[in-house]
Order: sequence, then C-alpha cells, then structure tokens
Amino acid sequence: MIEIKNLVKRYGDNYAVNDISFSIEDGEIVGFLGPNGAGKTTTMSILTGCLSCTSGSVTINGVDVFDDPLQAKKMIGYLPEFPPLYLEMTVWEYLNFVYDLKECTLAREAHLSEICDRVKLTDVQGRIIRNLSKGYRQRVGIAQALVGNPRVIIFDEPTVGLDPKQIIEIRTLIKDLGQDHTVILSTHILPEVQMVCDRIVIINRGKIVADEKTEDIEKVVVGARQIQLKICGPAKEVESSLKALSGIKYAEVIGERELSSTAYLVESEPGLDMRKSIFNLCASHGWPIIGMEAVGLNLEEIFISVVDEKEASAPKKKTRKQRG
Amino acid sequence: MFAIYKREMRSYFVSPIGYIYLAIFLAVSGVIFSLTTLTKGASSDISLYFTYMLMSFFVVLPLLTMKLFADEKRQRTETLLISSPVSLTSMVAAKFFAAFSMFLIGFLVSLINLVPFFYFASGTPDTQTIFGSIFGLILIAAAFIAIGVMVSALTESQLIAALGTMVILLLLVMISAFNSSIDSYFLRSILSWISVMDRFSALTVGRFDVSAIVYFISLCFSFLFLTVRVYEKRRWA
Repeated sequence: MIEIKNLVKRYGDNYAVNDISFSIEDGEIVGFLGPNGAGKTTTMSILTGCLSCTSGSVTINGVDVFDDPLQAKKMIGYLPEFPPLYLEMTVWEYLNFVYDLKECTLAREAHLSEICDRVKLTDVQGRIIRNLSKGYRQRVGIAQALVGNPRVIIFDEPTVGLDPKQIIEIRTLIKDLGQDHTVILSTHILPEVQMVCDRIVIINRGKIVADEKTEDIEKVVVGARQIQLKICGPAKEVESSLKALSGIKYAEVIGERELSSTAYLVESEPGLDMRKSIFNLCASHGWPIIGMEAVGLNLEEIFISVVDEKEASAPKKKTRKQRG
Repeated sequence: MFAIYKREMRSYFVSPIGYIYLAIFLAVSGVIFSLTTLTKGASSDISLYFTYMLMSFFVVLPLLTMKLFADEKRQRTETLLISSPVSLTSMVAAKFFAAFSMFLIGFLVSLINLVPFFYFASGTPDTQTIFGSIFGLILIAAAFIAIGVMVSALTESQLIAALGTMVILLLLVMISAFNSSIDSYFLRSILSWISVMDRFSALTVGRFDVSAIVYFISLCFSFLFLTVRVYEKRRWA
C-alpha cells in the first residue's frame, strides 16, 4: 500500500530524516514512535505531500507522491498535530467545505452523517467549532480526515492534550478505523502504540531503529525473560535450587517483601517459559509460592534500551555532527 | 478551487472584516466624491475623483488581502489545503478571486456616486473619462490585490501583512512624485515606467493605452505567480 524508499530530508547539514525505508501493507495499523524531534512529523508531512524530500521516493498504492501529488493526496486523509479547523464555522459547514475541497463523489448527506456517527459528532453538528472542547475539536479533525473515505489515514499525535477518558475514546476509534483503512499513527506515548497498533516503527534522529510486530518487539529487544517470585521457605536453599534448575540463567534474592517470605528475581534463557518448572520445584520441596509475576519490559524500557544501544554503537563524531 | 473561494467569501461576511471594509470603502469614496465634485468651487474634472480613489486603494485594499494566507498560517489550517488534492495555483487563484470579488462588490456599489452626476450635471459628462477610469481602477485593484496576496503569504501576522502591503502600494502609487527632484533622465524614465499613477492617467483621459493594460495585468499575474512560488519554496525548504 505504502512504499517508502531511502527517504532523506536534509536541512543544511541537519538530517531531519536520514535514509528511511519501509513499507506498509493494506489494512495495517502502524505506530510511528520516537522522541520529540525524531523526524516523525517530517516523515508524515512528506507522505502527505506537504513537504518535499531531499531524495528517495514515496508511493501510495503505486502512485508516486512527487510525480502525481493530486492523485496521491486523494487516497490520504491527514490529521496534523494541530487539527486544521476553521474556528468560525460550524462542524457541519466545515465538513461540507472539506467535502468540496476533496472533490468527493460520494452522496454528500449520507457520507457526512455516517462520519459524524462514527466519530460521535452528531450531537454537536450544528455548533461552531470555536465553542467546542479540545476533545471534540480533535474528533472534528479526525472526521475531516475521513471525508472521501480515503484508503490511508495518517494521524500525527492524535491524543496529545486530551484527558484520559478522551484518550481512550480516540484510541478505540482509531482501532475501529483500522478495520477498513490503513492507519499510520505517530506518537511519543508508548502504551498507546502498544494498545492500538499491529506494528511499531521506532525512529530516532531521523533513522529507523526498530521495525517489528507489536508482540514481537519485546522479545527482539530483550531476548530474556524475567520473573519475580515470592516464596515462603529458607532463602539460601531456595536460591540455590532455583539456580540449579535447567533453563534458568540467573537467580537472586532481592529481599524480604512480606512476612516469612522472600522475593527472588529469576531470569530464564530466551524463549523458555519457566513458570511451570519453578512451581514443580517449589511444590516438591513444600515451599509455597505466594507470588509470581512476569517482569515484562514495558515499551518505555524497550525504547530507552533500543535508542541507547544504537547510540552506543554509533561513532561519536557522527552523533555530534547530527546534533550540530 | 471553488470550495476555497466559497469559504473565503463566507468568512468575509462571518467575520466583521468584510463589513468594515465595505463601510470604509463606501465612506471614503463618498467623501472623495463630495469633495471633488459637489463642494463649492470644485473642479468639473471628474478624473480628480478617480485619482483620489486610486490613492485610497493603498489603505483599503490591504484590509481585504491581509488575512488570506496569514490567518491560515496562524490557525494552522493551511496544512488542510496543502494536503488536499488541490493545486497550489488554484488555491492562490481562489483566494485572489475572493478578495477581488469583495472589491468589485464595494466598487460597483460606489458607482452610485456617479448617478447624480449623470442626472443633475449641467452639460454632458465626460463618459470617456468615466469609463476609462473605471476600467483602469478595476485593473489596478486586481494588481494591488495580487500584491497583497503575496505579502500575506509571507507572514503569519495580519498586521504585518497589511502594513507591508500598504508600504509597497504607497511606493507604487507615489513613486512618480519623486520625479521632479531627480536629475537623471534615465532614473526618471524608469520611475515613471513603474509608476502606477502615470500609467493610470493615460486611461483617465479615455485613451485606450495598451501598454498600461498589459502592465497592470502582468503585475497581477507576476505577483500571483510569486505567491505560488512562496508555497512551492516552503515545500522544498
């Protein structure tokens, strides 16, 4: 559906986007993740034809964004970081304007009502956008992107500045849209991509540092799996038998957490689930397990580790140059 | 393109700016007309009215053009226009025509001023001067609006857009005033070539001056072209 090849955007000596390539299949929800200034918005602006690139190519459904921008733009709905709303218009007038602007051919009334229904705007249809809350304005922005039923929808930080309830609603909506659209979403909030996206592309300083399926990404980055245990029993004995268990890479006492129990941190070899054998071990010794918790790395940690790893392996001169 | 035009026209009348513009334009034209023709001792030369009208353009026309692009930028709505399947040329054209239509509305209404002239003046009015001047003013307004459109595309602030346009228009209108104090014939001829006033005066006497018409139309087109380039350049920056 979307093919990005060797995309470079340079401002003087500064690379905003440095040789990015990836492709997105039809119907995927892809999360574009990175710290502020990583090049997310730049990439999205190039995708939507708002910005040119220094070199490289972008094709959407086989149409080159630079050769045939009008055709390509017809297939894209774009919600920029700041929703482009004309505050003096009512929601309905605004959507009608967008409808005309995109030269839609779908039945006007039916199409716009359907969009309003979908993003739950029907109640405020007749109100002036200036008087709407931030959450509703964001919805109007999303509605705008849906006009004309484009195949690709691009959201740039869609949940910034919303309250927790609104964030959940918008995420649900995006997930729902993913069923019949290709969705690209940028964010620096990690649980968001974890919740919404099928695939995560992590970008830092204009380069892709990871591109994985959401469920794979923890494995790839961490490789090993940690378990925190709370076991009632003689601490030293438990520790040594845990260490002796095959498949366990490492075990240690991390302290007394509850009365008469000790907490342990156990790390298993990659790809092994040790929970059953730990249970069997403890059962055979008569040590009750009162707590067992997988310490899965959350995306924050993954993110930091990926970014740090890349930085550590990159030559120092280069990083300094990129900063300057 | 028509969608943008329609939205611009609508926004003139939803915000106060359209009404303010029309009020100022009609008041100014009325005052100028009374002063130049109806007061005691006024000249019978109607072309004076049109000349003063031209001078008023540099104050009133920036009111129409200042918001066109500056406000889109401030409200961050231009991404919508740029990311939608509309070419930059038609985007600029739509905005130009919206401002030009507003001008035409005010200008056509202001022609009512001339009605008493036709009915009550003793003697025959100089129709050649009148129609020539009207034609000339419309062309000049188109050129001035194009300049305002471009300045508006350069800034985020409506105030700067308006002031910048005023300065450029003032220079274009007044440039021949410096002529008398310049010795070099070469410079003088260049200045009078640029001067809008000198070219306009040819039209006011009812002479169908092709070079003046070509000058105004090309002024208009070049500034609209430059506006498109401003946006093109921003994409490539």
